[in-house]
Amino acid sequence: MTTPHPIASIVGVLIVALSLSAFLIWVERRLLALWQDRYGPNRVGPFGLLQVLADMIKIFTKEDWIPPFADKPVFVIAPAIIMITVLMSFAVLPVAPGILVSDLNIGLLFFLGMSSLGVYSIVFAGWASGNKYSLLGGLRAAAQMISYEVFMGLSLMGVVLLAGTFDLTTIVEAQRGLWYVIPQFLGFVLFLIAGVAEARRLPFDLPEAEAELVAGFHSEYSGMKFGMFFVGEYLGITLISSMIAVLFLGGWNGPWLPPLVWFLIKVFAFLCFFILLRASLPRMRFDQLMSLGWKVMFPLALANLLVTGAIVLAKK
Amino acid sequence: MLSVIRTIWNVFLHSFRRRVTIQYPDEKPYLTPRTRGRIVLSRDPDGGERCVACYLCAAVCPVDCIALQATEDEHGRRYPEFFRINFSRCIFCGLCEDACPTYAIQLTPDFEMSEYNRQNLVYEKEDLLINGPGKYPGYNFWRVSGVQISGKDKGEGENEAPPTDVYRLTP
Repeated sequence: MTTPHPIASIVGVLIVALSLSAFLIWVERRLLALWQDRYGPNRVGPFGLLQVLADMIKIFTKEDWIPPFADKPVFVIAPAIIMITVLMSFAVLPVAPGILVSDLNIGLLFFLGMSSLGVYSIVFAGWASGNKYSLLGGLRAAAQMISYEVFMGLSLMGVVLLAGTFDLTTIVEAQRGLWYVIPQFLGFVLFLIAGVAEARRLPFDLPEAEAELVAGFHSEYSGMKFGMFFVGEYLGITLISSMIAVLFLGGWNGPWLPPLVWFLIKVFAFLCFFILLRASLPRMRFDQLMSLGWKVMFPLALANLLVTGAIVLAKK
Repeated sequence: MLSVIRTIWNVFLHSFRRRVTIQYPDEKPYLTPRTRGRIVLSRDPDGGERCVACYLCAAVCPVDCIALQATEDEHGRRYPEFFRINFSRCIFCGLCEDACPTYAIQLTPDFEMSEYNRQNLVYEKEDLLINGPGKYPGYNFWRVSGVQISGKDKGEGENEAPPTDVYRLTP
């Protein structure tokens, strides 16, 4: 297998990830419209595809306003953190054989660590805005992400037990025969729910909660700083979808089609599923979110881990 | 839990529904003939102006968007010297059409009146007048009314009884 030059991989992943997340704005608006019996943006360019470009021009030329009551350095650095952490996670993502920036043997742990660091972005943003609604959003984000991270990691341990490694490439290759979604169905569902919460998507978008908190942690942000939160959110969805595809749906494995196409199909299906969730489910209340996390998901993840461990031991 | 999955499925089924949006500039929506849109002033079947400048429309207009000035021609017919509708004020309520005694002022189903310049929304009489009788093809106010004009004395209108002689005692 010939691997491309790492710089080429990095540039390729960066360009594809960033343009994909911009493209996702259009996908989301069109799909939401489809499920609400509307058309969505279909005026600018073919199928409204150039809407993304128009929005980008708009957001780049907007005034970049830092409120005088904000904690300036933290306010500026917060949107950068989310972009950096999410883009770093893409480094360990095995897209197709050979298309990979860094083949870390602890790739899964790196991904979990980076998504934990992403919380800081939101907490900092909420704190530095000097606005009570932003602060509430930041607090919610901290509580939500920390509690959902616990069973997010635990739900993945079943996969790690089955594959015997933290290396994502090896995990994908271990699924050549059987995708882990079948032996690890519970883990798959738990990871899916935790992923939605990690990406702060709709049934769990309490940190933003337009109805209660204006726009939550990014109320005070404008211009490209807001754009970075936006892109970070879409990159987060893409990352979670890719991770689900890699860990539970056999990554690039699949008959007939080339590996890259299989990977993209799987990721796109989950992206659509995330948008479908947004189209169909209302936002939870915060105490419901917490009790769901700690009283239902966490014990289930533990039980899943125990049962998987017992079976793996018994098979030895 | 089950209801959540059912909700997601039901929303997904909307992918196969027909979209309700009418893509307006490309597809025109169907407008009923009585849609209240742009106001016109209609003419008699003979081609004369119907408006008798009675001011009822201007009086009833809730936003005061109609302005006119009455005058009389050499036949003794009243007509508006100018007739001005400010469509940037008009709310298309149709009260002027209801108030009009001669079917002169009528609302049409045309609503595409966008302008870049607000001043262009002020329509003068020549902009408002149309060449036809509008919704009431056969009606001619001067022919049926009891008003005296040159060439038609009292009692000479269509279906008009001869005027009562106020000096006679018999009914």
